[in-house]
Amino acid sequence: MDALVEQFFNLEIMAKALPLVLKGLGITLLICAVVIPLGLAGGLLAALGSVSRNRALRWISIGFVDVFRALPPLVLLIFIYAGLPFAGLSLSPFVAVIIGFFLNNSAYFAEILRAGLLSVPKGQIEAARSTGLGRAQTLIWVTLPQAVRNVLPDLLSNVVEVVKLTSLASVVSLGEMLHAAGLVRSITYNASPLVLAAGLYLVLLWPLIRVIGRFERRITH
Amino acid sequence: MDRFLDTFFNMAVLGRYAPAILDGALITVVLSLLIVSTGIALGAGLACLRAYRIGPVSFAIVIFADVWRALPPLVLILLAFFGLPNVGVVLSSFMVLYLVLMLVLAAFAEEIVWAGITATPKGQWEAARSTGLSFTRALVFVVLPQAVRMVIPPLTNRAIAITKMTALGMVIGVPDILGQATTAQSFSANASPLTLAAIAYVILFLPLVIASRWLEARFTPPGA
Repeated sequence: MDALVEQFFNLEIMAKALPLVLKGLGITLLICAVVIPLGLAGGLLAALGSVSRNRALRWISIGFVDVFRALPPLVLLIFIYAGLPFAGLSLSPFVAVIIGFFLNNSAYFAEILRAGLLSVPKGQIEAARSTGLGRAQTLIWVTLPQAVRNVLPDLLSNVVEVVKLTSLASVVSLGEMLHAAGLVRSITYNASPLVLAAGLYLVLLWPLIRVIGRFERRITH
Repeated sequence: MDRFLDTFFNMAVLGRYAPAILDGALITVVLSLLIVSTGIALGAGLACLRAYRIGPVSFAIVIFADVWRALPPLVLILLAFFGLPNVGVVLSSFMVLYLVLMLVLAAFAEEIVWAGITATPKGQWEAARSTGLSFTRALVFVVLPQAVRMVIPPLTNRAIAITKMTALGMVIGVPDILGQATTAQSFSANASPLTLAAIAYVILFLPLVIASRWLEARFTPPGA
């Protein structure tokens, strides 16, 4: 028991790791702040493409979504970070992470938004158009708000997934929270910094998971 | 263009490392099958246990599901791989990857199946009980089959998302597709093994993604 506490809950080591891990948390949040809006924007474009009447556009969009949902994000990230330099294109870890996660997230957000767009009854669009709204106006003021509301729990759970995804950035040595914690672990040969990072992820994500659960119950009942 | 082909589709490099990546694909497939079968079984079992509504048991299940859904799998993998040996539990990297991803999938499956159980109409319970079935039999033979049928689309999506995470094994040295490819890439100083890995993942997972799209259209109850 003592060994367990010593190895996983060593307060002394946690205190030493705290400043570096908190700095890592800042980078984790920075990645999220960049990737979530980008992913939502890319996802919206792909979702609009996938419900478009233009067949070519529809197939390209669905192909994009399916391929990037099939590729593990770590494979994508390593391809961008370790593969592209061989072709003379060296990217910083941060840029590689942003591009990789943008592609991955766009696909997931697109699939959710597509379900949302399809859930809006056709009559809503016809009614909006008949009042004289243009197609873009109909989309912005009538279709999207209802679409987003219908899939809000799914959008939020994907946000949780994005925050968890940022931990992969540690593999390309971007100093986010897991990388910081792993660094201290490798110096101290003690797992407590990882427990500290896990605790911070819990503080960050547990409330969000609870809120999503409540949303889901409200919509299904 | 030549440089591009030489970098990403170098035939000599592709030929040399294709067998290794095939070996990796076998590990990825075996791991995925193990994770999906046992993870979903454990999750469904926990959801059933929760249906008995025994206070402390349900509480423990909810805490387990919440924590394992909130923590990034890579954090759990590193914690298990580097932490457990210090307290005398030494597991192979394959075992660590399997256990962590299996438990993560179980946590998600528990929540999804539980949602299905609570969404099954009360009349089904009552009808089953009134024919003389015990609570357990009503749960296993009447409610659970309907619950699982209802949640097949989210369950499939989650199972695919988590089996894709077998690629994380590369970080602790599991020789799966990505693990083999990164090793080959550093030996050959060429990106072609990574291209091959990406293609291998697309071949393995694209049919599943497309199948899940079909399942979604087929099994989503009207109005949901």
